[in-house]
Amino acid sequence: MALLVKGLKVKIGNKEVLGGVSLAVASGEVVALMGPNGSGKSTLALALMGHPSYEITDGSVDLDGGDMMTATPDERSRAGLFLAVQYPVSIPGVSVREALLASLRARGESVSALEVKKRIEAEAAELAIDEELLKRSLNEGFSGGEKKKMEILQMRILAPKYAILDETDSGLDIDALKIVATGAAFMAKKKQTGILVITHYQRLLKYLKPDRVLVMKQGRIAKEGGLELVVELEKSGYKQYE
Amino acid sequence: MSRFAKIVRLDQNTVKTLSETYRLGHRDEIKYAYRSGRGLTEKLVTDLSARKNEPLWMREYRLKAFAVYNKMPLPNFGGDLSLIKWDEIFYYLKPIEKTGKTWKEVPDAIRKTFEKIGVPQAEREMLGGAKVQYDSEVIYGSLRRSLAAKGVVFLGMDEGLAQYPELVKQYFGTIVPLSDNKLAVLNSAVWSGGSFIYIPKGVEVGLPLQAYFRINAENAGQFERTLIIADEGSKVHYVEGCSAPAYSSGSLHAAVVEIIVKKGARVQYTTVQNWYRNVFNLVTKRAWVEEEGEMRWIDGNLGSRLTMKYPACILAGRKARGETLSIAMAGEGQHQDAGAKMIHLAPETTSQIISKSISKNGGRATYRGMVKINKGAKGAKSKVVCDALILDGASRSDTYPTNIILENDVSLEHEATVSKVGEEQLFYLMSRGLSEHEAEAMIVNGFLEPVMKQIPLEYAVEMNRLVELEMEGSVG
Repeated sequence: MALLVKGLKVKIGNKEVLGGVSLAVASGEVVALMGPNGSGKSTLALALMGHPSYEITDGSVDLDGGDMMTATPDERSRAGLFLAVQYPVSIPGVSVREALLASLRARGESVSALEVKKRIEAEAAELAIDEELLKRSLNEGFSGGEKKKMEILQMRILAPKYAILDETDSGLDIDALKIVATGAAFMAKKKQTGILVITHYQRLLKYLKPDRVLVMKQGRIAKEGGLELVVELEKSGYKQYE
Repeated sequence: MSRFAKIVRLDQNTVKTLSETYRLGHRDEIKYAYRSGRGLTEKLVTDLSARKNEPLWMREYRLKAFAVYNKMPLPNFGGDLSLIKWDEIFYYLKPIEKTGKTWKEVPDAIRKTFEKIGVPQAEREMLGGAKVQYDSEVIYGSLRRSLAAKGVVFLGMDEGLAQYPELVKQYFGTIVPLSDNKLAVLNSAVWSGGSFIYIPKGVEVGLPLQAYFRINAENAGQFERTLIIADEGSKVHYVEGCSAPAYSSGSLHAAVVEIIVKKGARVQYTTVQNWYRNVFNLVTKRAWVEEEGEMRWIDGNLGSRLTMKYPACILAGRKARGETLSIAMAGEGQHQDAGAKMIHLAPETTSQIISKSISKNGGRATYRGMVKINKGAKGAKSKVVCDALILDGASRSDTYPTNIILENDVSLEHEATVSKVGEEQLFYLMSRGLSEHEAEAMIVNGFLEPVMKQIPLEYAVEMNRLVELEMEGSVG
């Protein structure tokens, strides 16, 4: 059981941004994807989720044996993929409760509004999210950190098979970072969620320990290794990958 | 519009396809008690008045209106009125001889239609009284005994004229004068049906009074006339709904509504307009609000081919308040030209207009509004918020606000936004598992939420349901 990406090439407009990326994330595995700005990490995340601006020209994406190449974003979501986006957009007039209730029902779960409310409140307490935010329009006027926590809350409620966390650590203070990382680690360990965590920094990986580390360079995976790669990057920076 | 693949668009321009998302598009086969010929003549006007056994003054009023109508030009703003086939229209269609007091008296075919709409059920559960108009005549009416005992009058306009001739004569045509605009003049010449309501001093009517307007005939003209008088310190909520069969050729609905809100009275008038997309809906609605009175228009325009409607409040007494909450949804082949007018004549009067419009599938939504603060209206305050949401590249939204301020020491706020449903919003919700259609509907509901939460629950539910039906028509 795995999320398998093979030889993925992606264009934005006429520009090739990914030049053949291959990687695998197994169930319950945490894989870190690092690399300098502009190396294609976010493009990979959005292309995997089926964002319409990213045209896949070659390669394959396979989730537990199911071909995702022609699936729309909602079909990918319902197949078990989740993306905690780097810049969550606001949805005026729609609370996280309403959004999640609809998401769960779209999955065919027959949950009551009250059940969902309770589950969300429990997760919010766990993630130290102010209850007031649960009633407000999703992401509207939220701080950077609040948005990121809300992404993790949604991930935990939707319990995906595979989750991509796109720079979920940026904009978080150290306490929030710990909470978010522990929350994600719990998903990997207890729920067997395979996690692809995209980050620039070592600090998140202290709490969300990756099984493997990949480094991206100019739209390709340039290096693969263990935690020692993170230490090395922290020391010498991304120069050799730019 | 499809950016996420797998979208099936409905065939364009076929009545059959459109009617599939319109739940009330059937017609009843009935034998009319009386039908006028097509087109409008002076003889039709005199015949109509004679058939109704009206007092002489009303007959003369109609004839005067007919003369003015012939000379008056059509409005030079709003939508395309050249498509109306004036000479094809039946200006008077009388379905049955007598207004029923129980549903048993209503012919089966007609009763079934109103059962499908849900009027008798609503009447039992939540209304203080109901009036049902079918083409030109009110065919059913009721009022709870407890309200009648308090002196509340809720009649068809024709009955009102017969039973309360002095009261009608005193107020009829005073808020919307005879020569106000071409459509109001037309109504003054050939009006038939509508509601007459009188709420005595200090009486608060707890349950809404509802009128339902149904057009059944093809090329029908429906010209109801409503007069509501809320005496000092009284309170009433009047609700109207409407629908029509799915014909290919158009019908015309040109109503006039006049409301008198006396000192300290409160009137709320809620409209859920769901005409089929062939109906021209050209309506004049106006309220006169006296000292410390409150008038609130809740105007939901979801159906019709063209709607031109700008409910107005004339704030005539100190501290009078006027409010309009307007929701418009323009889909394929529809133009909603809606808004509000607030005329401040007295000191410390306040008004608020909130308008939310949605256009999709090539529809056009126009906000047209006016706030006028006259000399002498010191300390007047007005706030206007109009937000438009455009769902695709083929659709259109326009905003035409007019502000006329003739007094110092007043406050006027105006906010307007136009937004498009963004790809990023759709992608975000879809990435959580919602289909493109569900995501779009959720964004639309969120957009309407600030207005919906101010509408009484039952009507908000009905409007939400209609919005959702409209949304179903946009994606397969």
